[in-house]
Amino acid sequence: MLYREAGQFKTTYAEDMAIFPIRQDRMALAILLGIAFIGVPLLADFDIWPFGSDYLLRAILLPFLILALAAIGVNILVGYCGQISLGSGAFMAIGAYSAYKLGTGVHIPLAWFDFAISIPPLPVLLAILLGGLTAAVAGILFGIPSLRIKGLYLAVATLAAQFFFDWVFLRVSWFTNYAPSGSVNAPTLDFFGLNVGTPIERYMLCLIFVTVFAVLAKNLVRGNLGRQWMAIRDMDIAAELIGIRPLYAKLTAFAVSSFIIGVAGALWAFVYLGSWEPLAFSIDRSLQLLFMVIIGGLGSIVGSFVGAAFILILPILLNLIPSELGVPLSTETITHLEFIIFGSLICYLLIKEPHGFARLISLGKEKLRLWPFPY
Amino acid sequence: MVRNKLILAAAMLSSAAIAAPAAAQNEQFIPILSYRTGAYAVNGVPYANGVADYYNLINERDGGINGVKLLVEECETGYATDKGVECYERLKGKGPTGAAFINPLSTGITFALTEKTTTDKIPIITMGYGRADSKNGAVFAYNFPLLGTYWSAADIAIQHVAKELGGVDKLKGKKISLLFHDSPYGKEPIPMLQVLAKKHGFEFTPIPVTHPGVEQKSQWLAIRQNRPDYVLVWGWGVMNGTAVKEAAAVAYPREKMIGVWWSGAEPDVTPAGDQATGYKSLMLQHGAGKFPVHADIEKHVYAKGKGASEPGKVGEVLYNRGMVNAMLGVEGIRKAQEKFGKKPLTGEQVRWGLENLNLTEARIKEMGFEGMLKPIKISCSDHEGAREGRVQQWDGKGWKIISDWYTANQSDTEPLVEEVSAKYAAEKNVQPRDCSKES
Repeated sequence: MLYREAGQFKTTYAEDMAIFPIRQDRMALAILLGIAFIGVPLLADFDIWPFGSDYLLRAILLPFLILALAAIGVNILVGYCGQISLGSGAFMAIGAYSAYKLGTGVHIPLAWFDFAISIPPLPVLLAILLGGLTAAVAGILFGIPSLRIKGLYLAVATLAAQFFFDWVFLRVSWFTNYAPSGSVNAPTLDFFGLNVGTPIERYMLCLIFVTVFAVLAKNLVRGNLGRQWMAIRDMDIAAELIGIRPLYAKLTAFAVSSFIIGVAGALWAFVYLGSWEPLAFSIDRSLQLLFMVIIGGLGSIVGSFVGAAFILILPILLNLIPSELGVPLSTETITHLEFIIFGSLICYLLIKEPHGFARLISLGKEKLRLWPFPY
Repeated sequence: MVRNKLILAAAMLSSAAIAAPAAAQNEQFIPILSYRTGAYAVNGVPYANGVADYYNLINERDGGINGVKLLVEECETGYATDKGVECYERLKGKGPTGAAFINPLSTGITFALTEKTTTDKIPIITMGYGRADSKNGAVFAYNFPLLGTYWSAADIAIQHVAKELGGVDKLKGKKISLLFHDSPYGKEPIPMLQVLAKKHGFEFTPIPVTHPGVEQKSQWLAIRQNRPDYVLVWGWGVMNGTAVKEAAAVAYPREKMIGVWWSGAEPDVTPAGDQATGYKSLMLQHGAGKFPVHADIEKHVYAKGKGASEPGKVGEVLYNRGMVNAMLGVEGIRKAQEKFGKKPLTGEQVRWGLENLNLTEARIKEMGFEGMLKPIKISCSDHEGAREGRVQQWDGKGWKIISDWYTANQSDTEPLVEEVSAKYAAEKNVQPRDCSKES
């Protein structure tokens, strides 16, 4: 009864092709966006628990939004196009460092030609987007091997990207503006004269980025390009036979995915950390993102969000619950317990539902359609 | 049935969670960021135990600072910057007045928190680590790299090398390599060593080791080829022990290796066994050993079964360092109470206390730290307070102090501090305070 579509007639092609053709979906989304865009700032403004402290905004929602954005990027490549990548951390780093360079001014002396390329510091928003663009270019370059190699072999090739960029950002001090410690500070976040400083402003900034990119990504995967990606994923030879160019499809997937991951990396560095070192984008980050996508659901935009929430928030909750309940456990025990519980939960979940949370959600919807008589 | 029971249990749990925050008001909250797991746990654990035991001692022996009980909570960072930021956000607002100060115990986390703590007005104590330019309190109002920065450490290390060689002029033409952890922590001393190399005319080679530091074969191959006169070791955790073992494998004399004060504790040398004999390291003023304060800890904390560590490990280098670190924070609060009253204080008030901290010889003796520390005086322009160190050597069983006190040469470090902190101020639009007007 709750989820009955009876009576919802689609009379135009536009209605039939809408992102959310079912009214209940639209309503749920509207409520969700309403909470995210209006509810959270209001609650934070009136200091209502648990939004009163910065903790929820700065330490949970902010990283959740940014990692969800990165997970969307990874999902496009891994979930929709089937190109397994272990280099997502590197693309985040490329986004972060190139945005940093562009945001603080680029100076390349070309001694041979007695000439120097100088770009003045760009506005932060532009720097972040261009950071994503740089990551997209790098993504295309490292995507070229995908034309010859597949699956696990490609994963190893992208792993090379991970280690290569870790090395570059550690060693080439030009990228860190010759900072003695190799740790760089993000420029102040000024957007059109508006300084984004408070946690709620930062949250809104990330929310806007995530919403826009999620909608764009959702539309992209529903369209021509997305169908090409999925055809390549399902069977590349068959896809080629029906006239899809693997070169074009694979490289666009790498480009779009790296662009989104690069923007997420720039946000992670600029908005969340504020000051960072290459270790912030190490192989651990790549694996974390891959797990998010696998657990959330390969080939699902919603799954990226749920996966990010699961991977990011569950350990924090496992960490918080004993201390909130006043159970005297040492931090050591909690951390080890966290590893055990987290690991077993992932195993259990993937055995019970190998298609991740996204599949669970769609199953739930199916059941609601037939409610109260699900079978 | 089962479901009902589950719901009931969940309801009870959540009500307990809501009831928990009702705590006493006369408490000062101090967060502890530590790592007892992960790649650096071997060194993180004794340090965290020292910190926990000292806070416990203050509560058990004195009933808090002037009657204000200390409320502490540990958060596990695993040495990861994003975890550290999460821990900071989680703990900064706890207690009646919020966190008194924070010790991130990682140079990376220090970098990430520097801006946040300034906005939140919470002092960040980085004893013997952190960013060296934050010594300049006029620019870094909330950073306190107490007792010595990496630039002071680099200066002391070179002074000791010069002494062993028989004079500063003997440094000319010598080769000194720096084996460093490839992170902000390891890179911090490089600019200072470059300045010193230029000044004294020695050849300086930095050799990076990637995190966590168990893979050092190629670095030691390079050292074997280059045959430097000295190797400075800027490692942490498992990297130190590996460095000692690899040095033995390429027959590089351990006597020619000098570790920074984070590379000179028991867990760094014991795994290497006899191979570590002769290895030297700097001391952050104190070394291993027991002092009057340890007797208090044993009597008031361990006798009551509240100790964090195994009793045999009390008095190890990192345990002592944790204790000193906790003590400096406590004394900062105590000083601030003189001005703001004997009640829980905010981070901003504690900052005043730290900035006006003056631990004299007499006070250090009174607290039972005599012989461990030299007097420390913090001021608005000098957030380091003391820049002294000694050198110790591992004889196979314990650390032996083999040198007198060295004082880092301010004329070497100061221009660099000025230059780098000015650059930070310009980058971040920080208006440096006028220290002559601070009270």
